Amino acid sequence: MSQHEYRDMLPGHADFTLPKPAAPAKVNGRRPIPEVPQMNGHPADSPEPAEEKKDQVDIWDQRVANGLAFLRRRLAGAYEVDDFGFDKELTDAVFHPLLRLLYHDWFRTEVYGVENVPADGGGLVVGNHSGTVALDALMLSVAIHDRTPAARHLRLLGADLVFRVPFLSELARKSGATVACNPDAERLMSGGQLVGVFPEGFKGIGKRFADRYKLQRFGRGGFVSAALRTGTPIVPVAIVGAEETYPILADVKPLARLLGLPYFPLTPTFPWLGPLGLVPLPSKWLIQFCPPIPTSHLTEHADDPMVVYNLADQVRETIQATLLELLEKRPDPFGI
Amino acid sequence: MVTSPPRVVVVTGVSRPLGARVAARLAADPRIERVVGLDPHEPPPALRAELEDVELIRADPRAASGAFTDLGAEAVVHMAVSSSPDAQHGGRQAMKEQNVIGTMQLLAAAQGAPGLRKLVVRSSTGAYGASFRDPAVFTEDTEPRAVPRGSFARDILDIEGYVRGFRRRRPEVTATVLRFAPFIGSDAHTTLTRLFAQPFVPTVFGRDARLQFVHVDDALEILHRSVIEDHPGTFNVAGAGVLALSQAVRRAGRIAVPLPEGTLSTALAVARNVGLGQIGLDQIDLFVHGRVVDTTKLVREFGFTPRDTAAAFDDFIAAHANGFSLTADRLAAAEQAILDGVRRARAAISEKASVGGDAP
Repeated sequence: MSQHEYRDMLPGHADFTLPKPAAPAKVNGRRPIPEVPQMNGHPADSPEPAEEKKDQVDIWDQRVANGLAFLRRRLAGAYEVDDFGFDKELTDAVFHPLLRLLYHDWFRTEVYGVENVPADGGGLVVGNHSGTVALDALMLSVAIHDRTPAARHLRLLGADLVFRVPFLSELARKSGATVACNPDAERLMSGGQLVGVFPEGFKGIGKRFADRYKLQRFGRGGFVSAALRTGTPIVPVAIVGAEETYPILADVKPLARLLGLPYFPLTPTFPWLGPLGLVPLPSKWLIQFCPPIPTSHLTEHADDPMVVYNLADQVRETIQATLLELLEKRPDPFGI
Repeated sequence: MVTSPPRVVVVTGVSRPLGARVAARLAADPRIERVVGLDPHEPPPALRAELEDVELIRADPRAASGAFTDLGAEAVVHMAVSSSPDAQHGGRQAMKEQNVIGTMQLLAAAQGAPGLRKLVVRSSTGAYGASFRDPAVFTEDTEPRAVPRGSFARDILDIEGYVRGFRRRRPEVTATVLRFAPFIGSDAHTTLTRLFAQPFVPTVFGRDARLQFVHVDDALEILHRSVIEDHPGTFNVAGAGVLALSQAVRRAGRIAVPLPEGTLSTALAVARNVGLGQIGLDQIDLFVHGRVVDTTKLVREFGFTPRDTAAAFDDFIAAHANGFSLTADRLAAAEQAILDGVRRARAAISEKASVGGDAP
C-alpha cells in the first residue's frame, strides 16, 4: 500500500467531505456547470441546508469543549502517569500529532511488514540507528502507533545522556522512554509492553555520511539477554531514510569533547545556517519490520554468552540484509 | 514461621510525632504487655496525650544497653531517625549525631541484649541514591549507583550499613528494615508537606520528577505488623502509582516556580542559613531524579497493600485545601464560563447572520 492509499484510509480522511457550494441558480432547464464530483466514493447526499449548518456549529462546539476539557485536565493534574513517567494523554494529544507532520508530509514514510509486530504482549523491536539526531526512533514509534491495530505505544530505551539534559529528559520520559538498562527493559517487557532499542547507540547516529547504511557494532548484546530472560520475541526493523536527514560530513572531536557530547557533526547545513541547519533534509523513508525471532525456548540460556552473541549477530545480519533490499527499492533518496 | 508477639517493646524517638504514634499504637495492642519509649528529649506537650500508656525513659542511646537488659526488651523499634535538621535541636550536627551515632550505639546495645528477638529500623527510599543511570523503578536489591548529595540519604546509607553488621553478628534476631517513601497524609508534617502547603512550590527547571508517597496510617500499620509478625529483610514501603511533581503541584492547586538547579540550591542554602525552612539537597535530589520503588515484596510478605500514591496525596489535599490559586473546582468553573461565552457569541453571530440574510 502506498502512503497515499494509507492516508486516505486514516480516520477523518475517508469520511471527510468538503462543504458543498450552494446549488447554482438555474437560468433555464439545463445545469450551467457539471455536478460536484463524488468524494471518496461516498454518495453526495444533500441534507437540509439549515440542518447542516447546525451540525457544523455542533462540531465546532464539540472541538472547543474537547480542547478546553483537555486544558482543564492538564492544569488540574487529572491524568495518569505510569511508573516510568509515561504520559499517554500528552503523547497522543501533543507529541504524536506533531511528529505525524514530519512522518507524513516531510518524510513520506512507507511501512512494510507491520503484521510482524506482536498485536499484544511483550516485544523487543531492534532497529538500525542513524541520522545524527535520533529522529528514526521517533518516526518508528509513530509508525507502530499508527499502523498496528491496537495502536501500540513503543517504549524506547535511551542513552543516559538523554536523561542528563534538563527538558529533554522529561520529554523522553513523558513520551514513554526510559534509561537503557536491563532492569527497566525487563520490567517493561514482562509488563507486556513493546520496547524499542537501537543497540548501535551513538556509534550509529554519529557515523559519517560515507558510512551510511553500514551497521555498526551491536555492543555486548545486553538487549538480547533481556529478551531471553523474559522470553520476549525480537522484531528486527530496518529504517531507510534517516541517514540522509542530516548527512555528517565531518565530526569535530575536540569540540565534542569540550561540550561533553559523543560527537559534534558538520552537515551541509549545520552549523553554517544556524537554526535553519536544524531542519532535516526531506529524504524518503522506508520502514520494514522483519519476522519476529522467538526466544521463549531459550530462557535458560540468558547468561550464555555464545547464545546471546549468536542471536545478536542474527538480528544484525537480518537488519543489514533488509536495509540493502530497501535501498534497492528506493533508488532516489529524495524522490517522492 | 509464626512466633508469639514480643511482650516488651522499646520504641526510640518518641519525642517526634511518628515515633509517638507508633508507641501509642503498640501500647494499645493487648498482645503487648509493656511499651517503653526511649528518647533523650522530653516529648512536646502536644504528644503527651498520645503517650499516656507508654512508659518514658529519658536517656541517650548510650544508656540503652543497661535499659534493654533491665527491661528484658524483646523487640526494639528504632524510629529515632530524623529526615531534616531541626534548628531548635542543634541543626545538622545534632541530626547526624542522632541518626548515625545514635543508631550505632543503639545497635551495639541491642547486640548485647540477651532477650532480644526482633529489630525494626526506619529507613528511607533515599537509600537508593540518585543518579541519571538509575533504573526507573527500584527493587529492594538495587544497589545505589552514586552516593547521594543529601545529608539524610547519606545517613540512611550509614544506618543500613550498621544494620547489615548487626545481622551478621546476631543472625537469630529478626531484623526488618523498612524503606519508607516520603510520608504524606492529612496530619503529616514533613519538609515535603510543608513545601506543598505553600501557595508557590519551587521546582527544578526542566525536571519533572516522579514521586511516590506513603500514607502515615499505612506506614503505622506496616510498623505494627512488623513488630507483631515476623518479616525479616528489607522492604520498600510506598503507595503504588506515581505522581509527577508538576502533576502533584497542580492537583494541590498550587503554582510551580521552576528555578534552575544552581539558583535553587543557592537560594535554599541562603534560606536555611537565615532559618527559613529546611529544604536541602535531599529534596533537590528528589526533585531532579524522582524516586519510584517496587512494593511487590511488601504486599506479598505483609499481606497488606498501602493505599496508592494518588489516594494518599488526595487525603493531604483535602486537609490543606485552604491555599489560594488554581483548584480543580475553579478550573471547572472557568471552563464552563468560557464554553458558555463561546455559545452566547455563536448564538449572537448566527442570529445576526440570519437577520442579515433575511433582509433583501
